[in-house]
Amino acid sequence: MTRQQVLDLYFPAARCQLIELAAFLDRVDRAEGEADFRLAAFKKALRGLLEERPDRAEQALLAFSDPTEEPLERAPGKGAFGAWPGGSATP
Amino acid sequence: MRYIEPHVHMVSRTTDDYQAMVTAGCRAVSEPAFWAGFDRGSPEGFRDYFRQLTEHEPRRAAKFGLPHFCWLCINPKEAEDLALAGEVVAMIPDFLDCPTVLGIGEIGLNKNSRNELKMLERHVDLAARHDLLILAHTPHLEDKYKGTRLTLDVLKADSRIRPERVIIDHVEEHTVRMVLDAGFWAGLTLYPESKVTPARAIDILEQYGGERLWLNSAADWGVSIPLIVPRTGLEMRRRGWSAAAVDRVLFDNPRRFLSQSPRFRLPEE
Repeated sequence: MTRQQVLDLYFPAARCQLIELAAFLDRVDRAEGEADFRLAAFKKALRGLLEERPDRAEQALLAFSDPTEEPLERAPGKGAFGAWPGGSATP
Repeated sequence: MRYIEPHVHMVSRTTDDYQAMVTAGCRAVSEPAFWAGFDRGSPEGFRDYFRQLTEHEPRRAAKFGLPHFCWLCINPKEAEDLALAGEVVAMIPDFLDCPTVLGIGEIGLNKNSRNELKMLERHVDLAARHDLLILAHTPHLEDKYKGTRLTLDVLKADSRIRPERVIIDHVEEHTVRMVLDAGFWAGLTLYPESKVTPARAIDILEQYGGERLWLNSAADWGVSIPLIVPRTGLEMRRRGWSAAAVDRVLFDNPRRFLSQSPRFRLPEE
């Protein structure tokens, strides 16, 4: 596909998703109380989208990922959070 | 359009879905053993589940003319209890002579714990001893990158395992390269929110060539879409893929991988 074709096919959906992200951040700001590691990871991933590079999706996934290599001694429950709680992502 | 659904959990779907899938062109389903959404209380719970996979689901699918195949294991979410998991793994050989069993799956990791790794190794050993195909799950969300690396390490460490007979499922942009570079097959799972979308799946196919990649819905008891594979086929056509190229990915790729089991045979078209 040409860039024009990509834009023709995907711009409306991408525009909608961007506005959803903006509305989500507004919603978080209006809410009371502290945020947690998920918001910091989210903002780190978001900043990466503005970089001129061909692997933004991969970098966004890595921004949320556990970078460690050793297995855990025990599984801390079954579910996943969406972002690594042990990360030191800064807003 | 015809397709094979290589990873779907029909035990948690109604017959409406079988009907819809066949109408949409599904020619066969392959169903790995998974977590039911709760922890089974005993090994006998798994025995009943394996009977459901090997006896009941093929009969249910056959009412719609659909061949049903399955994989057996104890899933990673229930692998933390080594005593229970060990009993279940010991039970699996009782079912390996069933005519629709293709291999061991969906094994793998969930939270990347030591016990999960031990059970993964036991499953890999079982598959190697019986020369069975392997279908590996990779963890969700933040655990996927680490879990994929750990899973590949286990598989690569066993010289009996041939990479072309293993599919590493639920890959995304940050894990697909390591899986393909190691010679394994990679599965793209079209599951809402937590895995890839049709557009991203097609991006990955276009970047990596589609030779050892398959698409699946992994539709289960959660919010999921059993028809997402044929819908992705439509998206591929929208992007300019030819009908033949779509057929290669949706039908021929899973057929090629699954046919490595002599049990995977489809009726003449």
